[in-house]
Amino acid sequence: MTIIPDQPINFSSLHRLQWEEAQQKYVILYPEGMVELNQSSAEILKLCDSTRTLAQIVSELEQKFDTTGLTNDITAFLGVALQNDWINQH
Amino acid sequence: MTGLTNTNITPPRWLLAELTYACPLQCPYCSNPIDYANYQSELSTDDWKRVLTEARKMGAVQLGFSGGEPLTRQDLPELVKHARELGYYSNLITSGYGMTEEKILQLKEAGLDHIQVSIQASSQELNDHIAGTKSFEHKKTVAHLVKKHGYPMVLCVVIHRENIHQMPEILAMAEELGADYLELANTQYYGWAHANRDLLLPTKEQFEKAEVIAQAFKEKVAGKMKIYYVVPDFYEDRPKACMNGWGTTFLTIAPDGVALPCHSARDLPGLDCPNVNDYSISEIWHESKAFNFFRGFEWMKEPCHSCDEKEKDFGGCRCQAYLLTGDMYNTDPVCSKSPNHEVIQHAIDSAKASANLTGEEKPLIFRNSKNSRTLTKN
Repeated sequence: MTIIPDQPINFSSLHRLQWEEAQQKYVILYPEGMVELNQSSAEILKLCDSTRTLAQIVSELEQKFDTTGLTNDITAFLGVALQNDWINQH
Repeated sequence: MTGLTNTNITPPRWLLAELTYACPLQCPYCSNPIDYANYQSELSTDDWKRVLTEARKMGAVQLGFSGGEPLTRQDLPELVKHARELGYYSNLITSGYGMTEEKILQLKEAGLDHIQVSIQASSQELNDHIAGTKSFEHKKTVAHLVKKHGYPMVLCVVIHRENIHQMPEILAMAEELGADYLELANTQYYGWAHANRDLLLPTKEQFEKAEVIAQAFKEKVAGKMKIYYVVPDFYEDRPKACMNGWGTTFLTIAPDGVALPCHSARDLPGLDCPNVNDYSISEIWHESKAFNFFRGFEWMKEPCHSCDEKEKDFGGCRCQAYLLTGDMYNTDPVCSKSPNHEVIQHAIDSAKASANLTGEEKPLIFRNSKNSRTLTKN
């Protein structure tokens, strides 16, 4: 499974992305489980809102953090997210 | 409160709210205590709301509404709504009995995140026998409705000697119902399951055969359905890391407000489990005798105390050590290093011998109030 470049990315309706005050981090919640996210993973997933494609997410984050060359890292992480069903493209 | 202070205490993450012991089903492996009929009082709606608020403030985020059958509580939608407002991820753990499409919609509206429906077997006859109630067709209808209304659908099947031969049919049923998650829970022998162990514990051959089938299915449905396989610890040689360590992650509140480090802990002697009517959740979690009892490693006896695996499995399950060896400080006898490990083989042999008896010689004891009172009479 790989990300289709020209299709927008949705966050899964069967999972919930949420800021946890007590843990001071974002988490993904799903039946009987929780994944704790580091800051960069959370920043990427927050942009998976059914309106943005991979390229748009990359350019937005490069702009936000005033950097370049994020394509490979973001693509790799979204591949993992896709495999875990946190995101989808249908 | 004993005034203990321990600065290394992690906050609770999982809250199990056992709303009631009332249940229309009579499953003979129920994890409720044998003497549940002695605990008639139930927390009020306001008490539960306070418990939810206090635990959330400490960091609890996964919430299970359980029982008994939680649908028997008329205030369930109100509690779900309160939980959603607090930011919990809430799970309804139900038999499906008493569920209607109207209620599913009402709970969705209130903010319920997912519904776990239990099914006892893949055939109506066996399901209704084990549940002690005619319920099979309705459970399947409920599973369809759960899917229809966009919840993640979790199907839970408790596995034991009466249904383990149906593993292929159980898997096919889960696929047909469109389960997103399938929990194959090998019976854990506490409470009613402990009382019925001779009749429920499968042989090693049965376990291994069923496990091979389940593993092959897991690979086949990867990407479509997730399988949670709860291992049968009697056939392992190391114990489970029970509750992820005592008082580290899990908080159970029983129907009458007693706070438990695990849902079987009220059977352990001398713990003096505190009640939410008397103390705040924070006091209970940090300061109570019960929650500090088996925290850390100081309480351990040998062979656990000097074992290099103690940080991995915490010595196993305290309730199992107590039930099977009579001493809750002992190493969980599932561990092959335990000096009491032979009790596991005795249990397996005893169950195997019972397999040849007829139901009239040794009937299953179903979980109901009458049997609860009979079994707890001295």
